[in-house]
Amino acid sequence: MSVQKSLTPTFVPGALPHGTGALPRLWSGKAWAFLGAAALVLLVVVPVCNLLVPKDSVFHVSDYTVTLIGKIMCYAIVALAMDLIWGYTGILSLGHGLFFALGGYAMGMYLMRSIGRDGVYKSDLPDFMVFLDWKTYPWYWSFTDNFWYCALLVVLVPGVLAFVFGFFAFRSRIKGVYFSIITQALTYAFMLLFFRNDTGFGGNNGFTDFKRILGFPIAAPETRVAMFMVTGAALLGFLCLGRAIVQSKLGRVLTAIRDAETRVMFSGYNPVYFKLFIWTLSAVICGVAGALYVPQVGIINPSEMSPANSIEIAIWTAVGGRGTLIGPVIGAAAVNLGKSWFTQALPEYWLFALGLLFILVTLYLPRGIAGLWIKKRS
Amino acid sequence: MSANATPIPNAGASGASGHISDGRVAMKGVDISHKGILYLDSISVSFDGFKALNDLNLVVDAGELRCVIGPNGAGKTTMMDVITGKTRPDTGSAFFGQSIDLTRLSEPEIADRGIGRKFQKPTVFTDHTVFENLELARKADKRVWPTLTARLDSAARDRILTILDTIKLTAEAGRPAGLLSHGQKQWLEIGMLLMQEPQLLLLDEPVAGMTDDETMRSAELFESLAGEYTLVVVEHDMDFVARIADRVTVLHEGHVLAEGSMQQVQENEQVIEVFLGR
Repeated sequence: MSVQKSLTPTFVPGALPHGTGALPRLWSGKAWAFLGAAALVLLVVVPVCNLLVPKDSVFHVSDYTVTLIGKIMCYAIVALAMDLIWGYTGILSLGHGLFFALGGYAMGMYLMRSIGRDGVYKSDLPDFMVFLDWKTYPWYWSFTDNFWYCALLVVLVPGVLAFVFGFFAFRSRIKGVYFSIITQALTYAFMLLFFRNDTGFGGNNGFTDFKRILGFPIAAPETRVAMFMVTGAALLGFLCLGRAIVQSKLGRVLTAIRDAETRVMFSGYNPVYFKLFIWTLSAVICGVAGALYVPQVGIINPSEMSPANSIEIAIWTAVGGRGTLIGPVIGAAAVNLGKSWFTQALPEYWLFALGLLFILVTLYLPRGIAGLWIKKRS
Repeated sequence: MSANATPIPNAGASGASGHISDGRVAMKGVDISHKGILYLDSISVSFDGFKALNDLNLVVDAGELRCVIGPNGAGKTTMMDVITGKTRPDTGSAFFGQSIDLTRLSEPEIADRGIGRKFQKPTVFTDHTVFENLELARKADKRVWPTLTARLDSAARDRILTILDTIKLTAEAGRPAGLLSHGQKQWLEIGMLLMQEPQLLLLDEPVAGMTDDETMRSAELFESLAGEYTLVVVEHDMDFVARIADRVTVLHEGHVLAEGSMQQVQENEQVIEVFLGR
């Protein structure tokens, strides 16, 4: 195959649609500069200001801030995954908290095994198993002392669940609000399952009191900063991956499914497999976000699977601006910064504020925060 | 030549033109060795006891421009649903060429085999530009992975430019399809069908909502397409039908009432009764 002959379009009328040239550019020059700046801040400035700048300096970034930003970046990755399935493909999932939690639990299993005999009961088993009077690990805890095996689970468990669930749902042509409701039911069912002590994942306490990760003490500033940097790199990486997908022909098929699914079918595409692809990918991204989240916040329990959590993910995405990728990242950050301020200042009013925000955004900012910027530019 | 179990593209009849080297696409030519391209045999469909189609028999020859007329509820749209796999018949068989059993294929598979369908209400991808609409419809390997890695080559670009010219939307190529006028959307949808390189085009009220000028240009377009493609047009506009049709089929209460030239059909007693005696 020969390389594309020429990059100049033979075709002038109107602006040539992006992505119709030889290789579409991933981002504009400005966007690359922005991403570069973000990478510099996340991978160099924050780590240096936290570890090397003395605590009394104005340039010092506190441990609290590092953890907070790290946590928010995990949420941002989830919102990004949500945007792929909801913003671009028009499928509203109200169960994305489940995939996030499953990724978190998979990482949590490794972290529990790494505690070793440093638990309260000085046993080989995690404290909650000792408490239940279990003598050995259940079979599904096999090999979880291996980090890479657990890393594989982080991807496989949400991925396989989403694939199987999605296959039957999409093949049965379950759409719109019905799909949203069954995803909500799915996460609720898993929450009830994980609340049970017999399930073997610590019941309502979940996993906590982690001691180390890959041999490093988990609470040490250097370990925290390293996890922060990995999360930052993952966020930027997923942003580029998402962009590459929505700019491809497949991305245009996804948006076409959102806007006119029957036309897509009668054009010869089988929407089932396209939905399944993006749905599974979205679930896997959520799983990775959950795995990055758990070692940073130090706990995972079934409340992460509560229906309200999944609804909140949809709110971040809507507030930031659906179908823009960067919007949901901003939305997740804005809502969660608001949340951490509110829950300290006016804890009882947070849910009211969140509800009000959602109503206001729906009424006055249908394209979210990112929509403001797009409007200004055009 | 007898009908083969596996269709082998015979030169000329196959829609796969030279530049598509993908075997999957090229192997799908429809076998029209017996002149007919569409065979509907004793098809019946009922919804909750209502017989939408009642023992419908229809044969369309390759290259023909067939018009289907009939009062509301005669089963015209249901017939298209059966042909395109949207509705499964209760009884009867539907064949595309000699060997492709339409009742066993899904909508995308049927589209991929070479049947394009235009809906009554124009459906285009509103957020995509006119150019992108045509690009998505273009005949290609439409599975997930090839779509993810697809790049637009110059042959495909030329093809899109040709179709843009045919449907007179060259000046609108970069505009989102949602901003087009009603008539332009109808044309874009027809353009998308042509991009699929189908053998058979099913057009449900293609000139509804068009101005007289647009209707005339559509008639010219369809006349130029007949021969190269087979067209089945459902239309209420009788002047339009009289102008373009080779043969007219009249549907009434789910079965064929009459078939022949426009003049023959207009002189048919039963047809007059059904259309005027309401």
